[in-house]
Amino acid sequence: MWSRERGRLKPLRCGVEELRCRRREREAALRKARREQQLVSKRLLRDEALEEAEEGCVAVIFGEAEIQQFLRLAQRGTEEKEREGALVSLRRGLQRPETQQTFIRLEGSIRTLVGLLTSNRALLQLEAARCLHELSHSEQSAVVEACLPATSYLLTYLSGHSSDFISPHLTVLEALGYALSQLLQAKEAPEKIIPSVLGSTLPQHMLQLLQPGPKLNLGVAVEFAWCLHYIICSQVNNALLITQGALSTLGLLLLDLAGAVQRTEDAGLELLACPVLRGLSNLLTEAAAEAVGRQLQLRDERVVAALFILLQFLLQKQPSLLPEGLWLLNNLTANSPSFCTSLLSLDLIEPLLHLLSVSNVVSVLVLTVLCNVAEKGPAYCQRLWPGPLLSSLLDTLAFSDTEVVGQSLELLQLLFLYQPGAAQAFLQQSGLQALQRHEEVAQLQDRVHALQQIALHG
Amino acid sequence: MQLPPALHARLAGAPGSAEPLPVERNPAAGTAPFRFAPRLVRFPREHDFFEDGDVQRHLYLQDVLTQVGGAPERPRVPEFTCQVAGCCQAFGALDDYEHHYHALHGNVCSFCERAFPSGRLLDAHILEWHDSLFQILAERQDMYQCLVEGCTEKFRTSRDRKEHLVMRHLYPVDFRFDKPRKSRGPAMPGAAEQVLAETLGDDGVPSEGDAMEVCSEHVEPPPEPAGERRAYSHRIPSTICFGQGASRGFKSTKKRNKHQ
Repeated sequence: MWSRERGRLKPLRCGVEELRCRRREREAALRKARREQQLVSKRLLRDEALEEAEEGCVAVIFGEAEIQQFLRLAQRGTEEKEREGALVSLRRGLQRPETQQTFIRLEGSIRTLVGLLTSNRALLQLEAARCLHELSHSEQSAVVEACLPATSYLLTYLSGHSSDFISPHLTVLEALGYALSQLLQAKEAPEKIIPSVLGSTLPQHMLQLLQPGPKLNLGVAVEFAWCLHYIICSQVNNALLITQGALSTLGLLLLDLAGAVQRTEDAGLELLACPVLRGLSNLLTEAAAEAVGRQLQLRDERVVAALFILLQFLLQKQPSLLPEGLWLLNNLTANSPSFCTSLLSLDLIEPLLHLLSVSNVVSVLVLTVLCNVAEKGPAYCQRLWPGPLLSSLLDTLAFSDTEVVGQSLELLQLLFLYQPGAAQAFLQQSGLQALQRHEEVAQLQDRVHALQQIALHG
Repeated sequence: MQLPPALHARLAGAPGSAEPLPVERNPAAGTAPFRFAPRLVRFPREHDFFEDGDVQRHLYLQDVLTQVGGAPERPRVPEFTCQVAGCCQAFGALDDYEHHYHALHGNVCSFCERAFPSGRLLDAHILEWHDSLFQILAERQDMYQCLVEGCTEKFRTSRDRKEHLVMRHLYPVDFRFDKPRKSRGPAMPGAAEQVLAETLGDDGVPSEGDAMEVCSEHVEPPPEPAGERRAYSHRIPSTICFGQGASRGFKSTKKRNKHQ
């Protein structure tokens, strides 16, 4: 249901160009919403979907008696079709917030739903998952919180299965992950919800569902990776997550993703890459990470190899995610002679320089990573030189973006300091002229003058 | 962006890394007017840095919801029945059957024919229900393991464990807790009806939908009709049974034939 191979495409009612145009409009609307901190609003998700969904808006609000009737039929009806039909009606009703409220206040309703979610009749399980899906759209945190206690139980049951081949279980798992991800985005999540999630076995279940291997399902992993990201970036207790193996799991997942990206053209891997990159990057900033880092896991240069394979993939499929990948590279290299050495020994400087033409944000990040390497001293700068670095720097000095130029100046200082002959070569390549254009720029002039002095007088 | 050819091989190779080059800093590096110092960067939830990725995520979700809104058509096949002995469930779609098979016939206990959601739970069941050594040990030490993976707690009785599951792991409080385990005698007249009654549950209500059931502690055994039930032990303590009830009892016709 969630995975794209299974969903049926609606017949195209309009041309491809119109679709592209619509998608641009949707994107613009979402950006606006995010800036206004409204992106979590479920209405944004619903409004679009309702327009396109076959059934359209539901007019009816169900009361207690009706909900009870549907639940009873679903649970105990004699005919398969009857039971399924009851759940479909219930699900439609749950599109209305009033009905959602009534549902959660009705005693035993969640319990019944949980029972149906673990039914051995696949069709019922699927419809129950859709009901859960509706509930997780609620604007009212009370509704979504009502579902939370069941999650631990459901995850135990569902993750106990060898879920490779049992599609309804995967669907339910995905629905659960999605519902949880909505819950974790609520404004009050850091104070109320995340602490209790961290106090339960949910994080361990989540990490288990993210373990690479034959059982890993993309749709499920995407949802739970986002859950993990929301927990991590809320910064409630990341040290705990690290002790539970979050760094290790995410690291292995990164390696797995890079492997997958090489094997298949499958669109959708970037949906998983994004939260994994974010989770890793943020976790690396924790003090606890350093302790773990001293163990093998985070000195493994395969992580760097994997990241570059992903960067190449992102450049093709989703360039807007490049900054996130480079953010991880920064956090990996900032305080790590080991990873800086890996960049050099794996010959990754040149590919890195290739990214300098993508965008200003990307360029600043690339230059920052290069600075991370160069600031470690002469042994590192020696390996950066000669190569294409100088001509790349001369190119970036031609940028008009102040931040890009500023970062280039920082890198030049380090090179002049640690690499004999660098200043000389810079001069020979008309470096002074390149610097001159920025002599009047407030944020840059001090550094420009300093470099001019060093280049000329040593 | 050309990657060095050896990179892919490196990814597939063993973990590890080259010896790091020696670090040797000059105090002049990054001093005024320069300002560079390597820094770990952390972004909180609402940071603008996440805008692009968040928007992509939402676009994906919107697409998904559009598909979820309508009911997908499922490929149907001519009706067929489950081939497992004693089961006559009929199906019109392969994934329904797959699901049914896995739920009711996978991970089946060979002693009592209950089916379990996972191999792990089946193992726990066999240990607790069919291993006499377990019973002996349980008299002296905490043997009932918590059923949630990752939780290492052990308990003296299954009731204590049940309480732990409810309090600590938020399991539903009364989910099938009240269903007593029926003791079984040898085939009796009306055994077929008894089997049917068990499939449906105590009160004639279908027992499907209950993947995990907990039988209440029965303090005293039910009244025994003379003779027939003595062969079977009533000492079996209450425990949390994860089995699908439908498979219990004398369902297998094969077994019955043996006794005849």
